[in-house]
Amino acid sequence: MTATVLDRPPGRAQRKPGATRRRVGRVLLYTVLILAAAAILLPFAWMLSASLKRDNDVFTVPTQWIPHDIQWGNFTRIWTDIPMTTYLRNTVFLSTVITLLQLLTGSFAAYGFAKVKWRGRDALFVLYVATIALPWQAYMIPQYIMMVKAGLTDTFLSLILLQAFGAFGVFLMRQYYMTIPDELCEAARIDGLSEYRIWAQIILPLSKPALASLALLTFVNTWNDYMGPFIYLTDNDHWTIQLGLQSFIGEYSSDYAMMMTGSVLSVLPILVIFLFGQRYFIRGIATSGMKG
Amino acid sequence: MTDLIAASAEKAPPATARPRPRRRGPGWRNTLIGWSFILPNLIGFVALTLVPVVAAFALSFASWDGFNPPKWVGLKNFRRLFKDDATMTALRNTVYYACGHVPLTMLAALGLALLLNRKMRGMAFFRAVAFFPYITSMVAVAIVWNMLFNPQYGPVDQFLHWFGVANGPGWTTTTGWAMPAVIVTSVWRDMGYYMILFLAGLQAIPPELYEAAQVDGASAWQRFRAVTLPGLRPTTFLVLILLTVQSFKVFDLIFVMTGGGPGTATLVLSQQIYQTGIVDGEYGYASAISVLLFLLVLVLTLTQFWFNRRRER
Repeated sequence: MTATVLDRPPGRAQRKPGATRRRVGRVLLYTVLILAAAAILLPFAWMLSASLKRDNDVFTVPTQWIPHDIQWGNFTRIWTDIPMTTYLRNTVFLSTVITLLQLLTGSFAAYGFAKVKWRGRDALFVLYVATIALPWQAYMIPQYIMMVKAGLTDTFLSLILLQAFGAFGVFLMRQYYMTIPDELCEAARIDGLSEYRIWAQIILPLSKPALASLALLTFVNTWNDYMGPFIYLTDNDHWTIQLGLQSFIGEYSSDYAMMMTGSVLSVLPILVIFLFGQRYFIRGIATSGMKG
Repeated sequence: MTDLIAASAEKAPPATARPRPRRRGPGWRNTLIGWSFILPNLIGFVALTLVPVVAAFALSFASWDGFNPPKWVGLKNFRRLFKDDATMTALRNTVYYACGHVPLTMLAALGLALLLNRKMRGMAFFRAVAFFPYITSMVAVAIVWNMLFNPQYGPVDQFLHWFGVANGPGWTTTTGWAMPAVIVTSVWRDMGYYMILFLAGLQAIPPELYEAAQVDGASAWQRFRAVTLPGLRPTTFLVLILLTVQSFKVFDLIFVMTGGGPGTATLVLSQQIYQTGIVDGEYGYASAISVLLFLLVLVLTLTQFWFNRRRER
């Protein structure tokens, strides 16, 4: 009994109308899907189109979806109008350092939670998981006071400390380690490998897909983070690209075209990362069902 | 709370919690090794998450400006909270936002998942399209949607114009329509994320159930009612909890899009915590609002959990 046999009720195959109906259904489905995709992508179309316009042409009735007078110059001007290079450098630096630390401490701790048996382990893990669901705003104030007292406001270190030790990474990696058979570690122990070498030489290489998921999710989260940098980074030299985007919003007038140019530049790296690592994103989310 | 979260975490699709045989090893040695693995992360975790959580509760009963020693004031902060117009408005707005964001996102995500749960050409592309808004920077999303909602000149109002609406409602520039505009934006952003959870849930439903239903002559709608919906129960529950928590802590999207305005039309609890705590430096009072937010999320999660239990019986 195979699925294909049951898929088709008896007699359906010879009858023409059934096949036609199915084809009509398929065309209808694709029409719906294409319309939905177009609607979802519309804001991106607007972003791209406005980024190539003169500021005066951004709001016209009707909207020029394809600019009459394409301003490629916006994409060169933005580097001199605002310190875009600095913003990008800061964002790349923060995202990279936080991602690396999260990977290292997360996978290390996950090994302790998944492959070493000790008393109190599971209770501690539940405590970790519980804080993932806690709203960050609930402890934002004491965190801020601590950073002020430590004299760390307006430093990259404050953000690195706040974001590199999240429980989310531990949780994600631990879920993956639980799927690796314990016998593997057991065999390595008999061969005389220390726990640290089992982690480094056996488990870590085996968990590349999970590491990739965690790395991509953390990197993108940090890249897009707004509130963290907004609260902690005040000096313009320390700003990230997300803070920089707002520098075109003036008190009296805003340069919408350049704002969109900046948005395109901030979204582009994420798009590239997403296109290459799509399945790791999806897998990471489906595994955890939780967000960092 | 902790049991509950562990339980909901277990519900995450491939969470593999298989029973392990208990073995007795040299106890203290393993304990030492175990702790040594966890310590690097634990130090950061305790110092920067656990201590602040406890401190927030302690501070909510104190008055503190950050310089002089904190003063114990009992429930004063909480009494003030319920008399404070701004905080009460923020509470109402947060509930308003959640009432829009939770059901709409859920419907959109489920609809997308049902549409895209097929083995056909191009499905991967459509899924990617639906998911991408979720990883787009919040600032870019907020700025673009603000422009789309621009009264008269924005594409949303031009679209409405086709249907005979001469003047749009003004969207983010008016107190009545700013919140709906924010909700639309956040549904657009979040639906792809929850779609993935629903897709994982749909794929966990055994195909034999559909085959059996088809043999019995069930229509597509009957199959949806009798197989899909019950099969999705654990996922729906997880999504409901995650969405509720997410709604109650909404912050940056609204903050960038409207700044809480016009007036206090979109001021939410998180922004009120930020305003009273970090801007005004009233650490005790801000912590009391944090505790309120925390308790709200806790109560809602527990209620949903209890409700789910009862329906399962």
